[in-house]
Amino acid sequence: MTELPRLPASGGCRDTPILKQRGQREVFCGLTGIIWLHRKMQDAFFLVIGSRTCAHLLQSAAGVMIFAEPRFGTAILEETDLAGLADAQDELDKVVDELLARRPDIKQLFLVGSCPSEVIKLDLSKAAERMTQRHAPSVRVLNFSGSGIETTFTQGEDACLASMVPVLPKTDERQLLLVGALPDVVEEQAIGLLEAMGIGPIKVLPAPRASDDLGVGTGTVYALTQPFLGDTHDALTRRGARHLPAPFPFGDEGTTGWLAAIATEFNVDPALFEKVTAAPRARARKAISQAAETLNGKSVFFFPDSQLEIPLARFLTRECGMDAIEVSAPFIHKGIIGPDLDMLAEGPTISEGQDVDLQLDRARAARPDLTVCGLGLANPLEADGLATKWAIELVFTPVHFYEQAGDLAGLFSRPLRRADLLKLEAP
Amino acid sequence: MKLTVWTYEGPPHVGAMRVATGMTGLHYVLHAPQGDTYADLLFTMIERRNHRPPVTYTTFQARDLGADTANLFKTAAQDAYDRFKPEAIIVGASCTAELIQDDPGGMAETMGLPVPVIPLELPSYQRKENFGADETFFQIVKALARPMERTKQITANLIGPTALGFRHRDDIQEVTALLSDMGISVNVVAPMTSSPSDIARMGAAHFNVLMYPETAETAARWMERELDQPYTRVVPIGVGATRDFIAEVAKITGVVPYMDESRLRLPWYSKSVDSTYLTGKRVFVFGDGTHVLAAARVARDEMGFEVVGMGCYNREMARPVRAMAKDFGLTATITDDYLEVERTIEALQPEMILGTQMERHIGKRLGIPCAVISAPVHVQDFPARYSPQMGIEGANVLFDTWVHPLVMGLEEHLLHMFRDDFEFHDAAGASHHGGHTKPAPQEVADAGGPAPQTPGSISEEKKNTSFGVIWLDDAERELKKIPFFVRGKARRNTETFATERGVAEISVDTLYEAKAHYAR
Ligand code: SF4
Repeated sequence: MTELPRLPASGGCRDTPILKQRGQREVFCGLTGIIWLHRKMQDAFFLVIGSRTCAHLLQSAAGVMIFAEPRFGTAILEETDLAGLADAQDELDKVVDELLARRPDIKQLFLVGSCPSEVIKLDLSKAAERMTQRHAPSVRVLNFSGSGIETTFTQGEDACLASMVPVLPKTDERQLLLVGALPDVVEEQAIGLLEAMGIGPIKVLPAPRASDDLGVGTGTVYALTQPFLGDTHDALTRRGARHLPAPFPFGDEGTTGWLAAIATEFNVDPALFEKVTAAPRARARKAISQAAETLNGKSVFFFPDSQLEIPLARFLTRECGMDAIEVSAPFIHKGIIGPDLDMLAEGPTISEGQDVDLQLDRARAARPDLTVCGLGLANPLEADGLATKWAIELVFTPVHFYEQAGDLAGLFSRPLRRADLLKLEAP
Repeated sequence: MKLTVWTYEGPPHVGAMRVATGMTGLHYVLHAPQGDTYADLLFTMIERRNHRPPVTYTTFQARDLGADTANLFKTAAQDAYDRFKPEAIIVGASCTAELIQDDPGGMAETMGLPVPVIPLELPSYQRKENFGADETFFQIVKALARPMERTKQITANLIGPTALGFRHRDDIQEVTALLSDMGISVNVVAPMTSSPSDIARMGAAHFNVLMYPETAETAARWMERELDQPYTRVVPIGVGATRDFIAEVAKITGVVPYMDESRLRLPWYSKSVDSTYLTGKRVFVFGDGTHVLAAARVARDEMGFEVVGMGCYNREMARPVRAMAKDFGLTATITDDYLEVERTIEALQPEMILGTQMERHIGKRLGIPCAVISAPVHVQDFPARYSPQMGIEGANVLFDTWVHPLVMGLEEHLLHMFRDDFEFHDAAGASHHGGHTKPAPQEVADAGGPAPQTPGSISEEKKNTSFGVIWLDDAERELKKIPFFVRGKARRNTETFATERGVAEISVDTLYEAKAHYAR
């Protein structure tokens, strides 16, 4: 088998004590995931049951993204709905009936819980069951929470995928399941590489359409393509599927490690693995090395946002020569992120959760060359002379696997190159 | 429960944030879950502010509910005071916190903070962003402003500008100049640019200029009553309104009316021959009430357009907008339902829309040019250059921005002459736009602000025609030869013509009979 990534001699970060602070968290709620999920699942509609704030969040988050026709909306709760719960269920039925009548193309409807719907204890699973019966067989209705009191940003996708697992048909077929909503082009690349190694059948969760024949069972092994899929991981395990732990497929090492974990499971001949991966791997290395020229020796500070922080820090430190000062994530699920932590050399502060004011103090004191943070913080930090990369771009730009490794590095090098290019200060 | 795809206004606490973020020395402690922090990006990304909004969110989680959300609030308030040392604090709840009934106002009052604490009651399930801004500003003024000796010179407060306001930054400068030309100086501009101590000295002004009724009318009324300060009713957007505004100020203050017209170009530009092509352009006007009232008047009286429809999304302004629509012989569209606006535009087939970023997207989809006249804002609504809506330069800006999306005068004739030329033919757009005005609906893509994207197929299937008559193939082909910017009008006129005469099928003859009928 191809040489696998060497672990740091000094030991990785798996057992590094984690800094946990409790204060204001500056992150999106799980509703945000709808923005990319609705593009991925082409016959699904996401109906948030929430407030004007939820609708405004979706709209504001969507505005900085690229998409055309939305298959999402918000059923905004009004005074009358808050008065009595029975009414709210009836009202919801009405909204859904109208929606489905107007959009016959919808085959899956997700009722998405929000903070207000959860605080008033509006039972969406009951509603989903009732509606599934009412609209069967043409529409399947599921529910999950995207609320800010339960979920942080990418956890919305996790909650959504986890909600789909229990209703998947049972199959004992030996199969590989790739889990995570990826841009089509990236997904096709991954499947192409795996099929070239003779691995199959390969299924994907979420499937683009409800009718796609996706089942799950004891013959299923699965690989996660995103590190934030903890609940989905647990739900699949409960269905008898087995997780293949691996570093996440960012950069050359991550992609190779991820593919190798699957190849080993399927007893792929090392020579074949080498043959399939050699060329794209060389391309990835070459592309990364170009961006790495800018990144080499520079320091990076991660604010918690997407849960991609640890795998990305691993990529930036090992393949692009950066020094990580602080790597924080909203949640650290060692069962999933462990292989990446093992590869991340000791040194950076690892933190979970956030007190944004204290963390900003640390970032301003450390003056990193690059700060990865949310949209609310980026311009204020830039105004302080700190170059930033918006974390949200990492979630909906194709960045996984070999062919995107250069683009991924480029996302981080661009702000630094730009800072270098501009001659704006008075002499 | 109401299904909403895109909203014109955010929740009321976002209005409160617009007030707080426009001010200095004020801090807002907001009882809210973590996801509500998205609102920061409105200010840092869309308005490109280089500071975080002065807002501390408590970011309570499910596990805090029932246990300790109240303490969480107190800790957050204390930390915010210690860290930011504001001159005053406003406290309130977002939609979720409203449901858990922690009473942030009551709690903050018991904390003994050494600065004024102003509680906000913003009913999230009934009201919206503009109400939130108006109410917040009113509460701040009520808490801090007191009657006091007037300045020796005649001065005015400019009230209404907020963070994230549509061209508020530049309107302040323009109105200040108008007043200054009459020898009147500005006492306080608020909420934007002011601190709590500035609010405290608002009583020194002789009168208030109410720039945006949406965000400051309640405060203006209170100051009229309690501080004995009259306020202006005319919003100086457009030439006529600016002249009226000057007259109103003169009447309030006894100063001789004076307006320096040396920089005013709209009247001559509108009279010059190239503008002939603007005559009778059918426009649909939609936005917040203030900008719609102003734009409709400018459209009719100063540009020579025909206003074929108008309306606003903020119900607070429904009455004056309805009244003006009636005066124009129209029925106003008062709705915050984006789909209803889209249907109205589709039915009216205007040649141009004066609207918001939402209507810009509707226009993109329907191939109708649109100029943006009102919030909700997009990153493009914060241009680097000076670009007011009010006063003299504001009128010039209106002329330029409204004419820009249209095809230029002579160019329109050339398009007619060469309508079969491949370069001009069919979907060829205005030459100065470098692209077609009619993109495929799927490719609409924007980056950089909360611009609503094209919602497309959420509306029902299009019928054969809006009148139920059928276009025969040759007529349809002939219609396509008509340049795109008049095609909508031709289609509509022909269909009306056919319907009125009970003609079920439109032939080439019907098309030209209709053309002759409507020729003016
Ligand atoms: S945090 Fe809660 S209330 Fe706020 S947008 Fe998210 S789900 Fe809605």
